[in-house]
Amino acid sequence: MEAQAIFDTLKGKFGDAVVELQGEGFSPAFVVVAPAAVKEVSRFLKEDPGLSFDVLMCLSGVDYKEKFAVAYHLHSLKRRHAIGMKAFLPRETPSLPTVDDVWPGANFHEREAFDLFGIVFEGSKDLRRILLPEDWEGHPLRKDYKYPDFYHGIKV
Amino acid sequence: MSHDPAHGTPPGKGGAGASAPFVASAALGPEAHVMVGNADLFVNWARKSSLWYLLFATACCGIELMQAGASRYDLDRFGAVFRATPRQSDLLLVAGTITHKMADRVKRLYEQMPEPKYVIAMGSCANTGGPFYKDSYCVVKGVDLLIPVDVYIPGCPPRPEALIDGIMKLQKIIMQRKNYGAKA
Repeated sequence: MEAQAIFDTLKGKFGDAVVELQGEGFSPAFVVVAPAAVKEVSRFLKEDPGLSFDVLMCLSGVDYKEKFAVAYHLHSLKRRHAIGMKAFLPRETPSLPTVDDVWPGANFHEREAFDLFGIVFEGSKDLRRILLPEDWEGHPLRKDYKYPDFYHGIKV
Repeated sequence: MSHDPAHGTPPGKGGAGASAPFVASAALGPEAHVMVGNADLFVNWARKSSLWYLLFATACCGIELMQAGASRYDLDRFGAVFRATPRQSDLLLVAGTITHKMADRVKRLYEQMPEPKYVIAMGSCANTGGPFYKDSYCVVKGVDLLIPVDVYIPGCPPRPEALIDGIMKLQKIIMQRKNYGAKA
């Protein structure tokens, strides 16, 4: 199924929760959805027989300075098509529902986005830092991150 | 081995604090230094010929370390074989990048090794942080910030020849060690 057809299907099902299609210059094309609707849209993308996106290839955080985004790369082994899904978050309260009960593999990706960007995935079964030590302060891939001078007495 | 005249100094002349070992040394006579020297030579030879190193590869230098251990370069002929536990190791070969999360583990592994123990920093990352020196929040800028290092091997990563050269340099350091008798 083509990106425009997938977008139209989602738009017909979810209405205003599906904001726009970023097609030009994006590969795969991205469907922008409202953060609160991410879980419902994800479940529909996976379980609808015409779409059946059974693989979450990647989940990444993005810092646009004035806002954050979470980008989902989806692929269907059954239908042989791919689509991206994107949700923009306000910088002050970057949080959205988890999708780790739709694709269990999302958990590690969400932990990485939480670790490096401080994006909170509500309802996650296990949201801890995954790369940095537990007692690390701050989220290093944020563009306003300030490096600490020392960590455990060692110069950074 | 020639007799060092300094060890024959009478007890009174060396000062109060330093006199005690000089008395013992002088009492043994010049022949003792021949024996002690030979014992040093033997022990150092035994140590340098069985440098068991800890399997500790944290990045791509570990691949070169495996190369050096395999049949083409054959580190075994220097008596250097890998051990999977710090309790049996003489040499901590830090092969790769050390992050701040790993730093505590490096220190603990070093402390678990029995004396005498030696450290080789292999590659740019272990020497200085290498390509991560500037603008990295998570890489330790040189393993010598954590533990004392005997030999630094430059390279990114160093070839097995460079690693073997570093191990031979360490063997020279070990041969200079004074284990018995008066300290040089």
